[in-house]
Amino acid sequence: MSFVVPKETFSGKVLAVDFGKDDKKITIGGENTLPFLSFEGECPNKPAIAYEIQDCPPDDWPETVLNVYKDVSSDTVTWAKYCQDELKADAIALRLISTHPDRDDRSAEDTAQTVKDVLAAINVPLIILGSNHIEKDANVLVAAAEASSGNNCIIGKAQEGNYKTIVAAALAHNHKLIAMSELDINLAKQLNILITQMGFDKTKLITDPMCAALGYGLEYTYSVMERIRLAGLAQNDQTMQPPILGDVGMYVWKIKETIAPEADVPDWGSIEERGIAWETVTATSMILAGTNLLIMRHPKAVENVKKTIDELI
Amino acid sequence: MALTGIQIFKLLPKTNCKKCGFPTCLAFAMKLAAGGVEISACPDVSDETKATLGEASAPPIRSFALGTGDKAVKMGAENVMFRHDKKFVNPCAIAVNIKDDAGDDAISAMAEAVANSEIDRVGQKLRVDAISIECVSGDSAKYEAAVKLVAEKAPETALILNCKDAGTIEAAVKAVADRKPLINGTTDGNAEAMADIAKANGCPIVASANGLDALSALTEKIKGFGVEDIVLDSGARTAKDIVEHNTQARRAALKKSFKPLGYPVINSAIRDDAILEASIASVAIAKYASIVVISSIEKWKTLALFTQRQNIYTDPQVPMQVEQNIYEMAEPTADSPFMITTNFSLTYFIVSGEVENSKVPSRLAVMDCEGLSVLTAWAAGKFTATKIAQYIKESGIEDKLSHKELILPGQVAILSGALEDKLEGWTITVGPREANAIPTFLKSKVS
Ligand code: B12
Ligand code: SF4
Repeated sequence: MSFVVPKETFSGKVLAVDFGKDDKKITIGGENTLPFLSFEGECPNKPAIAYEIQDCPPDDWPETVLNVYKDVSSDTVTWAKYCQDELKADAIALRLISTHPDRDDRSAEDTAQTVKDVLAAINVPLIILGSNHIEKDANVLVAAAEASSGNNCIIGKAQEGNYKTIVAAALAHNHKLIAMSELDINLAKQLNILITQMGFDKTKLITDPMCAALGYGLEYTYSVMERIRLAGLAQNDQTMQPPILGDVGMYVWKIKETIAPEADVPDWGSIEERGIAWETVTATSMILAGTNLLIMRHPKAVENVKKTIDELI
Repeated sequence: MALTGIQIFKLLPKTNCKKCGFPTCLAFAMKLAAGGVEISACPDVSDETKATLGEASAPPIRSFALGTGDKAVKMGAENVMFRHDKKFVNPCAIAVNIKDDAGDDAISAMAEAVANSEIDRVGQKLRVDAISIECVSGDSAKYEAAVKLVAEKAPETALILNCKDAGTIEAAVKAVADRKPLINGTTDGNAEAMADIAKANGCPIVASANGLDALSALTEKIKGFGVEDIVLDSGARTAKDIVEHNTQARRAALKKSFKPLGYPVINSAIRDDAILEASIASVAIAKYASIVVISSIEKWKTLALFTQRQNIYTDPQVPMQVEQNIYEMAEPTADSPFMITTNFSLTYFIVSGEVENSKVPSRLAVMDCEGLSVLTAWAAGKFTATKIAQYIKESGIEDKLSHKELILPGQVAILSGALEDKLEGWTITVGPREANAIPTFLKSKVS
């Protein structure tokens, strides 16, 4: 018996989506096989990583990651420039967390100015995220889309409860859009359908099936992503072909494993490496399941996931 | 590939003699195909047929153990490519590599660290499963001494002997033969000598070749020498090779019934940087490795890898859950605080761990919500005011308490009003949102 490489060819293809401008533009997706199986198909674009920054000091981040940004995080623009110039970020994700009614309830207009200031200071592609408050995001993201008009940003997240206004704004200002649902392949599919029915081009969509941290539901995210990929590739389901987002940092840097000092949990080892490894392994698992775009926080985790990606292609 | 009942029937004597306990050969064949009986129940079947059926009914990926005793790790026996199709069966063993020239102190320290690596996570005991001893000295006596030292300091851990020289390996294997070490270092050139050592000592063997083509030929060769417990090493070194080779080997075994690759896989994830090593090891764990070898076992690293392995290998259909019960912590009295949560294992273990940390005697009611977390159960309508009230009333807890105060998880603060209406006479207190705030909360309640 001699070995024949068991290849599978798929009729479907992940849509290629670009964001950003000029020579800093990034393209994600475009593969017609499962992650990194380039022996049987094309994987033209590697997964991209965006550094997460916020529009107010990140006082709820644990020290391991807070310390990295302690000199820059009091000013959003400085923080953005630090990520671009010092950390060599390929892209930046600005989370407008201060707009949340339980935080500072900052107004949409105020925030629009922050978006403009950040865009004026950087040339790498920008992802603009709301605070994940359904009603407030509907206003904030509309203002943000307008403020960033012409910059080919990714805005999000549009959810079942607020997608209409956000989709309209992304359409009007020619942005890419993240559609987020809650860990369920059918909900993800349905939301993509609703959004494209509004006339939004499916080649501008990015699916966020919702992330979860290692040890805190990662297995669900992992399997939902694999199932979305298989539906898009093997069944050629057109509604399941947008690239996938993994919003890793925000889920990782709030769980006990990234926060508890070694003195409290001597069996868990150094808190610093523990947190970085947690974000790294979560992100690496996500890209194996099909994630095309990661949002992360710790530079060392980003560096190690990048090295892993370089080894994978 | 398993045969159908009809295919098996064609191989039977077709005399309907009933000696097997079935009325006809066909009935027996059908039962055999379904997996309910053994071929040996038919006394008249030819040896040739027995061999054919044995071969056909063997699982597509051979299964055997790494190591001996309670801490032996089962490998192989996988049936699917994706965990959403069916639970992955045998979690990847984590092995640490040590060089024989590292010096006695370093070798002892590593072996002891492995022997003491066990931790508890979500009710499972997890540990570094194996130690690989690599021969870099080229000195047989030194290698044997290192192997013996590891065996002595880590008396229950599985051993992998990594050495290409048959003479050196033979002496080392004999020294620890009762531990059934996995022999690593077999290539096309030394296959016969290595297979003989494996056979003589009843040990499994790693077949190492460059690429799956050469590897398939090598496993057939080794099998020809009479060794069947084989582990595959395709020479994969980069993450890309790991993903591609492991995927191809598993596909060939499962979908093409290609026996030469129907074995467990070993991958090395050794890198200079410890975090990168964790990342590459996680690639191997997610993508079908049965053993992954790393170079160091910092606690933070193994914790992350144990957790990832646990996530990948949980049953996708049934969330891990614990029994519905009112658990008593630190001998509570009638006055002690009384809390409630859901029966998702992760939730239960995190919350009960924090309650124990607090050292405050208390009771924790764990309500059956089909293994869902607090918020998921609430969103799914399984952790509602009505259901909680009913559970509390039926539990008989009122007789054991001198008070009627129930502490709710902070995430479902929204339930407190409705719950006060439904649980007459009870006070509902909203606890913290995150479990790590429980100790402070409980201490302030009883002080
Ligand atoms: C994994 C997951 C799932 C898994 C289920 C996992 C499981 N076994 O429960 C699946 C995919 C099946 C799922 C399904 C759904 N999910 Co879901 N899911 C999650 C996710 C990602 C993680 C949940 C988890 O495991 N948390 C970890 C455990 C340990 O947390 P916990 O039980 O709450 O315990 C903590 C605290 O509550 C506290 N605590 C617990 N007990 C107690 C007790 C006391 C006394 C105290 C003081 C504290 C305390 O301590 C713990 C640690 O801090 C969350 C989002 C997220 N990232 O958190 C969404 C989430 C819970 N799901 C959500 C939803 C809506 C759903 C669905 C209804 C929607 C859908 N996708 O179809 C379904 C419903 C399920 C069904 N119909 O069967 C929502 C709930 C929204 C809301 N606020 O109501 C969430 C929050 C996602 C979101 N942001 O929208 N989900
Ligand atoms: S014992 Fe064998 S030959 Fe006799 S009925 Fe059973 S299968 Fe047929």
